[in-house]
Amino acid sequence: MTDTTTRTSGKGREVVAFRVSGQDFCFDIMSVREIRGWTETTLLPHAQPYVKGVINLRGSVVPVVDLSERLGLGAIEPGPRHVIIITVIGSQTVGLLADVVSDILTVNEEDIQPVPEIAADEVKAYISGVVVVEGKMIRKMDLSRVLPTAIREVA
Amino acid sequence: MSSVSSDDFRDSFFQECEELLEAMQDGFALMVSGAHEAETVHAVFRAVHSIKGGAGAFGFDALVAFAHHFETALDKLRSGDLEAGEETLMLFQRCGDHLADLVSAARDEAGGPLPGGEELREELDSLIGEQPQEEEGLPAFEPVVLDLDAMGEAQEGPGSISILFEPEADLFRSNNEPALLFRSLERLGRLEARADLSRVPLLEDLDPEQCHIQWQLGLETEESEGEIRAVFEFVEDACRLEISSLGAAGLEDGDLPSLEDLISVSPEASLLAETAPPPPAQTAEKTESATEKTSGGPPRGAATATIRVDLDRVDKLINLVGELVIKEAMLSQSIAQLELPSENEVSGGLESLKQLAGEIQEGVMAIRAQPVKPMFQRMARIVREAATATGKRVRLVTQGEHTEVDKTVIERLIDPLTHMIRNAVDHGLESPEARREAGKPEEGTVILSAAHRSGRVMIDISDDGGGINREKVRKIAESKGLVSPEADLSAVEIDNLLFLPGFSSKEQVSELSGRGVGLDVARSEVQTLGGRVSIASTPGEGTTFSISLPLTLAVMEGMVIEVAGQTMVVPITAIQESLQTRTAEIHSIGATGRVVANRERLVPIVDLGETFGLRRTPQNLDGHVLLMVETDSTTHCALIVDAIQDQRQVVIKSLETNYGHVHGVAAATILGDGRIALIIDPDSIIRDTVGAAGADLQLQLAR
Amino acid sequence: MSLKILAVDDSRTMRNLISAALGRAGFEVDLAEDGEDGLRRLADALPDVIITDINMPRLDGFGFIENVRKLYRDRIMPILVLTTESAPDLKARAREAGATGWIVKPFDEEKLIWAIERVAIPGGGT
Repeated sequence: MTDTTTRTSGKGREVVAFRVSGQDFCFDIMSVREIRGWTETTLLPHAQPYVKGVINLRGSVVPVVDLSERLGLGAIEPGPRHVIIITVIGSQTVGLLADVVSDILTVNEEDIQPVPEIAADEVKAYISGVVVVEGKMIRKMDLSRVLPTAIREVA
Repeated sequence: MSSVSSDDFRDSFFQECEELLEAMQDGFALMVSGAHEAETVHAVFRAVHSIKGGAGAFGFDALVAFAHHFETALDKLRSGDLEAGEETLMLFQRCGDHLADLVSAARDEAGGPLPGGEELREELDSLIGEQPQEEEGLPAFEPVVLDLDAMGEAQEGPGSISILFEPEADLFRSNNEPALLFRSLERLGRLEARADLSRVPLLEDLDPEQCHIQWQLGLETEESEGEIRAVFEFVEDACRLEISSLGAAGLEDGDLPSLEDLISVSPEASLLAETAPPPPAQTAEKTESATEKTSGGPPRGAATATIRVDLDRVDKLINLVGELVIKEAMLSQSIAQLELPSENEVSGGLESLKQLAGEIQEGVMAIRAQPVKPMFQRMARIVREAATATGKRVRLVTQGEHTEVDKTVIERLIDPLTHMIRNAVDHGLESPEARREAGKPEEGTVILSAAHRSGRVMIDISDDGGGINREKVRKIAESKGLVSPEADLSAVEIDNLLFLPGFSSKEQVSELSGRGVGLDVARSEVQTLGGRVSIASTPGEGTTFSISLPLTLAVMEGMVIEVAGQTMVVPITAIQESLQTRTAEIHSIGATGRVVANRERLVPIVDLGETFGLRRTPQNLDGHVLLMVETDSTTHCALIVDAIQDQRQVVIKSLETNYGHVHGVAAATILGDGRIALIIDPDSIIRDTVGAAGADLQLQLAR
Repeated sequence: MSLKILAVDDSRTMRNLISAALGRAGFEVDLAEDGEDGLRRLADALPDVIITDINMPRLDGFGFIENVRKLYRDRIMPILVLTTESAPDLKARAREAGATGWIVKPFDEEKLIWAIERVAIPGGGT
């Protein structure tokens, strides 16, 4: 385990860590409903390029966001090895397309550092801080900012 | 009085009020049509009476007060002191509206009298030519038992009281019981009772209906005389009762048997041990009734044919059934892929499962279905108000009010329907003078009807007015730049101009149907429900607006098609027919436009693939199918689809819950393979393609 | 053994209120929607006390009371009229029909129970 997890503090929070186009991200595990393998989506007309379409999640119509494209890291050509992290953001359920889910970590509030200046501007807009774990920088994602725009319009 | 304030009871009271108001309005409608019987008037009276009764229990004073005036007037009608003339009925209907408002106000805890109530009360009073007993007098209605404190205060606690009590036959006939009266007296203090049997005749002379016994009671009590009289409240008209104070002296023992003595000799002493002897005439019966008494078990609830269910629960059930139907379809597909021999057991079993699932779905949907009647009754009020505001005389006739429609559809239909009804009174019907000149009765008629027709609900709003003044409509449309002065428009096309956004504005719409909302808004509201609106108008005879609606918002009949590798669903209601491109007569217009000749018109061709950004429109249409779709009966277009897969019922799933509205898409559904298919919205596609004024317009210009 | 009461009222609200009040007081309650319904209930089981409204569809309170007295002339069944009416002539009519007592609405729980206890032949619990 990592040094962040060994420090037992009441403020520890579990986060799910995942990789998108070679970069590590995480967000609160409470937002994750489930993780599924890639399934073919139904395309949505007039959608933003990062909206991969919609999938059927036990009877609900759930949009899938290509996080890589959303963060300006280039579109993913999704295949069987990719995962869709089903998240609940506010009252909406959204699937986030990622390369792989790497870990579940416990992070203390005080370990979260401000976003460094070196981060690419595109990414910076979607993260609320960074955590360094075993020399790796994990970006904490602000989920409300990755919502597809069609949602923000109606929300 | 102790007021009851449980929320459940309140809810149930207001629910009952809705039903009672409905019954009342039904009654008035019958009376207006002249088809009523005596029972109709009774039912209306009872409805108002019950509202008053319930309102009293909850302390809704303003509601009670008005209902009381209303009820008093209705009572006159019931007793025949009042004629059910036109004026009277109109007043009663307005009172009914006001009563409904007061009920709403009470529900919203807005309390207090509402504007207009005082005037109505005065009108009612002058109608019946008297002031009803004021509700302010309600406390006087309270039985004596509760007003005793006041009486008691007037007197000192009397100490020893002497009571002479001589029951009459009526007392027993009404099942009152001296023994119980004595028991009640005992609660007030120390009681001594002596029965004077001296007047009991010999057996042969005995009238068994009469009591013949007189009681001399002595009571040591601190309670007032009023409290004592209250005990005799129910029998004061059925006995001789003399109460006198003996001061503190006490009652001397006389030679009459004491209470205890009487009890010991009484045959039913075991039953009435702590009280006093019953009169002889009743003893046998009492024993029997007392021993027959059996009890146990909780109180039985009211016998009702309905239960109240939280809507969320129903919707959850509907969702689950929807999933069941999808799962069934998925299973069917998997089994089909197994390529089992035909006539196998699995397929047979699956077929019955499918049927069952369909029946369950239908049954569950029916839970949400409600008759349109309450909505229609609301419209009756809109008509009355509109008539008053425009100075027209209008009769509303409703038909098919028991037609059932999904609850949500009904709720969301109220606004557009209100608008159309107002429109019918305001613009549809002529002024009384104009009607007279045209040889029509001064009173205009608006018919509101509902019916199920081929899996949809049709709601028609017809007036017998002058019909659409097409010349005027056209002029207005031209002046607003909505249509070119050169356009060659058919009558139907001109009528449809009424639905153009921006056609009606505050200028020509009177205060009534105005509010800056046009028929275009009403129509788009209907369209969001998957409905369509059309107009038919005959000059001099009237106009009919027809609304066609799906039965439910949860499932629909759709054509499953394929376009550019994507599976989509087109609502069956929008589809006229499909054409094979090979045999269709297709013409090019301009550089890219193409039309197909169909039923003597040229219909523009639209590629769904291009509309949805999936591909460029194929140049060669061989092997494609043209799906002829129409909207609101006037505008058409032909959709290029690659293949038609199936026609089936699909479960409607919202795209907006997790994503948002997509232009050209009405909703989504889940197909047998578990994948999502979009349900296209033909109306918006046609509108985008050929403009709101309609394809046929443009094409006729082009010809 | 608790007292068994039959309450007859065409208003669901009143039935609910009566039922709750009497249930709280420990009585066993049976409900009927109008006079006819009331007579049907009596055919099943006889209560200790009947409470009835006057204004009801099908068979009103007067008719109901008259019928009860005719059909069950050998029973003692106190009948209390619970109504908003207070006119003396109506009271007289109810008495004529055989009503035991008269309680004027608005509904008051204590008043109702007190009245029942005044007319009920104790079957046990009271």
